Amino acid sequence: MSYQFDFLAVAREAPELAAGLARTVELTAVACIAGLLIGIVGAVCRAWQLRPFNTLFAVYVEMFRNTPFLVQLFFLFFGLPTLGIDIAPDSAAMLAMVINLGAYAVEIIRSGIEATPKGQIEAAQALALKRWQIFLHVVLRPALLRVWPAMTSQVVIVMLGSAVCAQISTEELSYAASLIQSRNFRAFETYFVTAGLYLALALLLRQTLLRGGGRLLKRGRP
Amino acid sequence: MNDFTLGDILLALLHGLQWTAILSLTAFVLGSLGGLIILALRLAHRPALVWLAKTFIEVFQGTPLLMQLFIVFFGLSLGGVEIPPWLAAALGLTLYTSAYLAEIWRGCVNAIPNTQWEGSAALALNRYQQMRHVILPQALRMAIAPTVGFLVQVVKGTSVASIIGFVELTKTGGMLANATFEPFLIYGLVAAGYFLLCYPLSLYSRHLERTLHVAR
Repeated sequence: MSYQFDFLAVAREAPELAAGLARTVELTAVACIAGLLIGIVGAVCRAWQLRPFNTLFAVYVEMFRNTPFLVQLFFLFFGLPTLGIDIAPDSAAMLAMVINLGAYAVEIIRSGIEATPKGQIEAAQALALKRWQIFLHVVLRPALLRVWPAMTSQVVIVMLGSAVCAQISTEELSYAASLIQSRNFRAFETYFVTAGLYLALALLLRQTLLRGGGRLLKRGRP
Repeated sequence: MNDFTLGDILLALLHGLQWTAILSLTAFVLGSLGGLIILALRLAHRPALVWLAKTFIEVFQGTPLLMQLFIVFFGLSLGGVEIPPWLAAALGLTLYTSAYLAEIWRGCVNAIPNTQWEGSAALALNRYQQMRHVILPQALRMAIAPTVGFLVQVVKGTSVASIIGFVELTKTGGMLANATFEPFLIYGLVAAGYFLLCYPLSLYSRHLERTLHVAR
């Protein structure tokens, strides 16, 4: 075979990759927290059928779960400026990730809330817990605990999906890869190493969220 | 403003939508075959084969689809052969689909109670016969809803193929947006196109989930 692999050409660009990786982590962290908040609010509106928000959230969920993330990203980044709203690549990427994850989170958390046994709520009422106490400790926390593995998978999927954000010049990990391969002309090696970094990040993220989230949600419980 | 009428735009987008549908179907059909092979490896009684299947699934579920397409695209052209975007897109999406379907189906096979294995073993069926006549027919029933649900992910995934230059719905939209300076309208229509493909599939998947659960 005539082709000589040169992974050193990629290793030399480690700082570039590290900077991209940091940006990907940053975007994912914001998406995770904000997406979770949207998910909780939306799930409550859907599960308790609070009008008109339950319908609004239903439309939001269906719209964003049935269109590609890339198109949502383009719509925000290229479409909004025509309405007079200028948006930076980083903000567009962040916004798109938050909205996208939020849509999935609503459905995931809703299924958790709806799985709350009726007897638990009745028992909490019998113990004279206030409404917000019941919601927080009897409904929400167990619901999040139930769906946490699904939520974790979705966060990982959104993190991996963020690789297309380079298309609107957000300087995340895949952007760094594109930049590097345009300098060293080693496209295969560069993307191979970058894919490896994504894989490591995905495994790490999954472990961290599963362990950390589980511990946080179980804290103070017998 | 420009020479494009709304009719021209819709026609071009419809053409793109057609390629999105073709790529989705190709990836789904070939990915189902690939998924079956990976599933067979995953359920084999040889540790090496199980490891191979696990690694395959882990790698394709743990890396971005975009990186997979890039690696296939640039990897295949290492030998100096220029490969067309549609081939790289179809191959990349097929591998991606195989990994996810294998994992979904494995979940269904695992959900079959152990007593079914034991019962069929007691009837002196060998492993292939157990699979063929007892486990798979039941697992298949469970697998239909999540498989249709995953088809939505495949359709959405094909949009990434636009980045390696395959002209489907998203790419067509991008070219039109550049030509007409109406990105809001164009990307809105592109999103509507995907919605038209995906929403019925989502509804159907949910319907199947409900009816198949009741019947069990």
